[in-house]
Amino acid sequence: MRMLALLALFWIAASPQVGAETAPASRWQKLAEDGLHDPANPGLAFLQEPGQALSRLPPDVVGNRVRWVEALRQGMIAPRASIFPGTQIRVLDGDVIMPRTGEMPMVRFPHKQHTEWLDCSNCHEALFKSKAGATPVNMLEILGGEYCGRCHGAVSFPLTECNRCHSVWREGTGPDHAGKP
Amino acid sequence: MPANPDINGETHRAPQGRTGLKKLLLVLLLCLSAPAAAEYADVVLNKRSEAAGMPPVIFQHWFHRERFRCKVCHSELGFQMRVGANDVLMTDIIDGKFCGACHNGSLAWGPENCELCHSGLPGLKTGIRGDAETRGPGRW
Repeated sequence: MRMLALLALFWIAASPQVGAETAPASRWQKLAEDGLHDPANPGLAFLQEPGQALSRLPPDVVGNRVRWVEALRQGMIAPRASIFPGTQIRVLDGDVIMPRTGEMPMVRFPHKQHTEWLDCSNCHEALFKSKAGATPVNMLEILGGEYCGRCHGAVSFPLTECNRCHSVWREGTGPDHAGKP
Repeated sequence: MPANPDINGETHRAPQGRTGLKKLLLVLLLCLSAPAAAEYADVVLNKRSEAAGMPPVIFQHWFHRERFRCKVCHSELGFQMRVGANDVLMTDIIDGKFCGACHNGSLAWGPENCELCHSGLPGLKTGIRGDAETRGPGRW
């Protein structure tokens, strides 16, 4: 067992994604070695390497190892919000608190950060009803790729990051209350 | 006094030797078999490519989201937010739909640069990749 634990520790320590605060370009796999791109394809020479693009952005420890929302907030990237003239760009500022989370802290869903990237129609009314509390969201479905899991775990920060959503402590709980997590 | 001595006075212990070795081998195997990591949210599009004699398409979310917000492709261009849910034909692209809204030789390279998108290894299955951190939602 001790040997196993040591090995696991070594594995974690040797893994470039875990716990690193700085972001050398070597943390991102080269296209020719990513198991998807055909290294024999001469076209690869014209494609940007992820390390070259992503190492300049605010670092994260999961996903693309980039805090995309932060990169946008700081103006480090300026992705276009529309390509057709006349498209209405809708941004909503307003948090939704989801209180039925069992023993976990409650979920705070910020509309602002989401609508800066997405249109209302990406979530409403198919994935989520507009009326707060009307959608029977649960973690099992989310882990199965429904609701929040349509993006989180696939393209936005993954579902291992519990506290980024479960961020609102109930009264009498929280890090300041000894004995209660 | 040693715990749990048997008739012969020997202490019972889990037969660590063999199971320990098995676990060790399993861990080593997992270490060695860790696949080359695609970048988080890379998409393989192979619903039609190989059947039509072209290598699969690799779409990279990270590259595109630096330049366009999600809503451009997933609202204005009509890409469904589920892998495999989109029927993207080359004729549509050439007509300026889907990828062709930008990949038209003016905003981004045109559709005659086949190998820049059809850049995948043979035999890849359609799906979202780069999920080494969580294995992603089960359904993908």
